[in-house]
Amino acid sequence: MNYVPPREEAELMGRAFDLKGRSLWIDARRRLLKNRAAVLSMGILILIALMAVFAPLLSPYAFDHQNYAIISCAPDWWPDRTVPCSAGGAHWFGTDNLGRDLFVRVLYGARVSLAVGLIATFVSLVMGVAYGAVAGFIGGRLDELMMRFVDVLYSLPYIFLVIILMVVFHRNFFLLFIAIGAVEWLTMARIVRGQTLSIKYKEYIEAARAAGVTRSDTIVRHIIPNVLGPVIVYVTLTVPAVILAESFISFLGLGIQDPLTSWGVLISDGSKQIETAPWLLIFPALFMGVTLFCFNFIGDGLRDALDPKDR
Amino acid sequence: MLSYVIRRTLVAIPTLFVIITAAFFMMRIAPGGPFDNERHLPPEIERNIEAAYDLDKPLYEQYFIYIDRLAHGDLGPSFKTRDFTVTQLIADGLPVSLRLGLSAMIAAILLGIALGTVAALNQNGVIDYLTMSIAMIGITIPTFVTAPILTLIFGVYGVRLFGYDISLPVGGWNNGAIANMILPVTVLALPQVAVIARLLRGSMVEVLHSNYIRTARAKGLSNYVIVFRHALRAAVLPLISYLGPAVAGLLTGSLIVENIFGIPGIGRYFVDGALNRDYTLVLGVVICYAAFVILFNLLADILYAGLDPRVRYQR
Repeated sequence: MNYVPPREEAELMGRAFDLKGRSLWIDARRRLLKNRAAVLSMGILILIALMAVFAPLLSPYAFDHQNYAIISCAPDWWPDRTVPCSAGGAHWFGTDNLGRDLFVRVLYGARVSLAVGLIATFVSLVMGVAYGAVAGFIGGRLDELMMRFVDVLYSLPYIFLVIILMVVFHRNFFLLFIAIGAVEWLTMARIVRGQTLSIKYKEYIEAARAAGVTRSDTIVRHIIPNVLGPVIVYVTLTVPAVILAESFISFLGLGIQDPLTSWGVLISDGSKQIETAPWLLIFPALFMGVTLFCFNFIGDGLRDALDPKDR
Repeated sequence: MLSYVIRRTLVAIPTLFVIITAAFFMMRIAPGGPFDNERHLPPEIERNIEAAYDLDKPLYEQYFIYIDRLAHGDLGPSFKTRDFTVTQLIADGLPVSLRLGLSAMIAAILLGIALGTVAALNQNGVIDYLTMSIAMIGITIPTFVTAPILTLIFGVYGVRLFGYDISLPVGGWNNGAIANMILPVTVLALPQVAVIARLLRGSMVEVLHSNYIRTARAKGLSNYVIVFRHALRAAVLPLISYLGPAVAGLLTGSLIVENIFGIPGIGRYFVDGALNRDYTLVLGVVICYAAFVILFNLLADILYAGLDPRVRYQR
């Protein structure tokens, strides 16, 4: 311990009496807000989300409006362009091979990709938390059985499961959400179970049992709120994983169908014309890359902020 | 130790069995059949075709026929690629996929360990941040973006380095010539390199701060001996449990890489097979992939138990 001069010591002690109990969450929020990379990432994500929501107001073009006069035209500021867009109005990101405005399509792609990311993550969150908490808290043979089932699913290359599901149910938009979420919950269940096991024998759980709280109430009121820390960290890392998974499936031609689009579809189309129209790959890839980067930074920041070791 | 290995191996068998069963019935729930898309045949002929492939029997009976054949090592005939059995198709493609996957795996492990070690030794220095930023890019940029970009740079434009013209073939397999393998292996290995580098940096930093390393330093051992003889051994331990997920990641990536570079592996069978309702082919590939993932998970568990006695005695 460092030596503290008497006057400051007295001051510190005086202050200590005014100190309110700092909860884990207030503490974590303070440390998260100090993390510049995480704060910047949150800002960028909010901006992208707002742009996606207000996409129709930001561009005069509809996302499926085709203009055959300006097919695959380069943005006006592109260095060497054979087909400039200026003939057909302002297209900041150029147009695709059907003469559709890429800017508005990237924003509509953001809608789908972010929606898939959030909804599928939510599905995995609900399934994983419920499953893991029950398995961990009840324990015994049920726990063994439930976790063995997770082990079995784990050894299935999950993308194959999603591909088969998409083939089975004919590229249904909402099913894509659920299919991806349904394979991402496994890790969540393991994390929650591990956390539950570690707090199961804490005094407050025992106190709840002594006070006659039922098992289901204990899980909902006491177990789940206290395992949320690592879960939130994992959620921020699941969102980018889900966005990647969706783009992967779309790349194989099994996901979102034209004219609706997602970043994966745009990247897939763009990579086919990379020699003649590189902007068709660059812009969607840039948006997706930045988004994934931001989620990862926020996840790392949250992990540091919630880690009790660092305090 | 032996009993642990046997027990883990025995658990793997029902796992594979469950996967086969699930895949079999999921494929069959899908609307449409393998002979739907063609021009309409007279009903008698259609019936004969279905009978030839046992498709006219009830589903559960087909399932038992399939399992029975599988037990004899027969994956059945391919519905779409006429005159070929699934075993033949997989035997053609598997060596190619294996060569691609294993090369990528070895490249990823070596490069990942090297980068992670360098980053850990320079903890919080410029090299550390640089390496970890590159690793982050490797994780966030998907295979299907890196592949066309690298193709454009090395294949289409060509790169001139020190007066040599470095351009690589951008497609085809050419019986696994080194030049044809460089780009696909790089693209496939890149995300795994990034994950392994991050994992290794974390564990290496922890090990370098441990007491026995301090003792080694106090003894006056050279930095080289400390890192390679003492620290690295302990630091690679957490990597072993990543072996299973790494294989799963490589398999998933190989679907894309084989597609983009036109490599005749088994990855393309899967997507095409699923779309064409080529039931037996898809099942064959799923069994193949699942067997690999299970095998490597098993290997990882056994290696771990061999290296860390606590795991062995817990169960």
